[in-house]
Amino acid sequence: MLEGRTHAAGDIVLETVGLTKIFGGLTAVNSIDLKVHKGEILSLIGPNGAGKTTVFNVVTGIYRPEFGQVFFRGERITGKKPHQIVSYGIARTFQNIRLFPDMTCRENVMAGRHCRSTSGLLSSIFRTPRQRAEEDMIRETTEKRLRQVKLWKSRDELAKNIPYGSQRMLEIARALASDPKLLVLDEPSSGLNPRETQDLMAFLRGIIHEEDLTILLIEHDMNMVMGISDWVVVMDGGRKIAEGIPEDIYADQRVIEAYLGKEDEDSTEYDIPAEH
Amino acid sequence: MELTPLNGIEKLASSRQLHIALATAAFLIYPFLVSDYFIDIAFYFGIYTLLGLSLNIVLGEVGLFDLGHAGFYAIGAYTTAILNTKFGIPILVLLPLSALAAAFFAYVVCSPVIHLQGDYLLIVTLGMGEIVRLALINNPFDLTGGPNGVFGIDFPSLGPWLVIDSSLEYYFLIWIIVGLTILGLTRLQDSRIGRAWNYIREDETAANANGIDSRSYKLLAFVLGAALAGVAGNVYASKLMCVSPESFTFWESCLMFCIVLIGGMGSIPGVILGAAFISLFPEIFRPFAMYRMLVFGSAMILMMMFRPGGVWPRKRGAVKYESLLEGTGRTDA
Repeated sequence: MLEGRTHAAGDIVLETVGLTKIFGGLTAVNSIDLKVHKGEILSLIGPNGAGKTTVFNVVTGIYRPEFGQVFFRGERITGKKPHQIVSYGIARTFQNIRLFPDMTCRENVMAGRHCRSTSGLLSSIFRTPRQRAEEDMIRETTEKRLRQVKLWKSRDELAKNIPYGSQRMLEIARALASDPKLLVLDEPSSGLNPRETQDLMAFLRGIIHEEDLTILLIEHDMNMVMGISDWVVVMDGGRKIAEGIPEDIYADQRVIEAYLGKEDEDSTEYDIPAEH
Repeated sequence: MELTPLNGIEKLASSRQLHIALATAAFLIYPFLVSDYFIDIAFYFGIYTLLGLSLNIVLGEVGLFDLGHAGFYAIGAYTTAILNTKFGIPILVLLPLSALAAAFFAYVVCSPVIHLQGDYLLIVTLGMGEIVRLALINNPFDLTGGPNGVFGIDFPSLGPWLVIDSSLEYYFLIWIIVGLTILGLTRLQDSRIGRAWNYIREDETAANANGIDSRSYKLLAFVLGAALAGVAGNVYASKLMCVSPESFTFWESCLMFCIVLIGGMGSIPGVILGAAFISLFPEIFRPFAMYRMLVFGSAMILMMMFRPGGVWPRKRGAVKYESLLEGTGRTDA
């Protein structure tokens, strides 16, 4: 099952060891081991409630795990705050798009640069040359990212006023603006039409070639999972039940059972009505 | 390339500069056309503008409900009053000290509660404002003079040469401070700090996920807002020559809240407009003074129903930014 991983030789970017998150009596994530290699696109899939988003939230610092560790490029980042995790180089998007609705697209993308800039209160009030140079750098990167997602034309529009598909891309641009090493996307194709999904896949494939980037994503759209992933990890009930290359996962009995339910051997008796 | 016509930024900037120049000219000429009474009204307009601007950082920029802002105002005023009457420290020296005292107080008091959201924070700050007022009435260590307050506060002066003791001079003192504050805050709005505040207001989780330490930025807003309220307290104390707890009631916090809500959250011109409404309206309609609350109340309700963004909301994307990459061969889209 573990064969055929194209990036297996690359450095491990993100690793979780025995990651466990418990909410009250519910073990949402149960001892998950995850290895994300440099340059690959790893998809985390599983039925609703499998604990995928919880894994994301633990990795990005929104939740603190009960047990287990998270390592990013060899450094232990377990329990760090979300804003610290971004500066390590992990940027994320959300399942329900979370933009800054009443701010312009430009300002939204500029948010991504926050962790890469340092100007303080006084230098901002007195507009020191350093602060101005930094603002120019922020504007430049912002422009680059906006052009990358083809939203430069909408730069001065409020984020809430652009179409849904564009909002998704804007959120990705915002995440990319922090120059991350790992991009964490929570269901990037949800709400997109097939055409937009195709564009998104092409876009993700493009940036992973051009930049020093690794992508970890949660996805429900099987076309996208099969079409884009280098490696797929399947979760169910908080546990990892399978992993492998997309083709193997597609045919895996445990995965099919997790999604469609187990086929009961004597269920046929009940399913077929008696012929009378 | 030297002869390109004015681009968007320059056009907007030049019309803005014109407006600012006109407003400044009006402010310079105004006091020489009217009696002292109207100069004093303009002085209080200035005080309320400063208070509105200070609350606007917390309420407008970061969206934190603070109904105890009069507490910070009181700390500034009493710092000035006590240090001046007991130790004879000059008022202008106390100006930064009052700001520091209020800022320090805000830091200490807000640190443990800054994680509270929305109405919870509102209740805590409301309580904080009331505690400050009650503490002043209780005359701790015989410093605050209880309900009578502290009196005999000096005029601000720079040695014997420049003593600020007339309405005209106070008018200029407060409006110079307001002018500098507006300049500073405008620059902050267009910096990573101002944007970080707005990101938190818009979506705190997303702000955190983009590397913004919301806790420190919220605290910074409180500290800076309190410092400006402290400055207003300093000027107010020396203008009145006495301070007493009844100047810092819950009603004052409410007025500041109204200024920001009516004017427009996060909008500096809006705050000036709101302050004008709050401070000039009662003067103009003095015969109807008894209906003041009624008018404020209805104004607030109407605002919330028909113009929740305020009379003069901050316009996003008004400044059109031109490309930095065009012509550099780095535009691939």
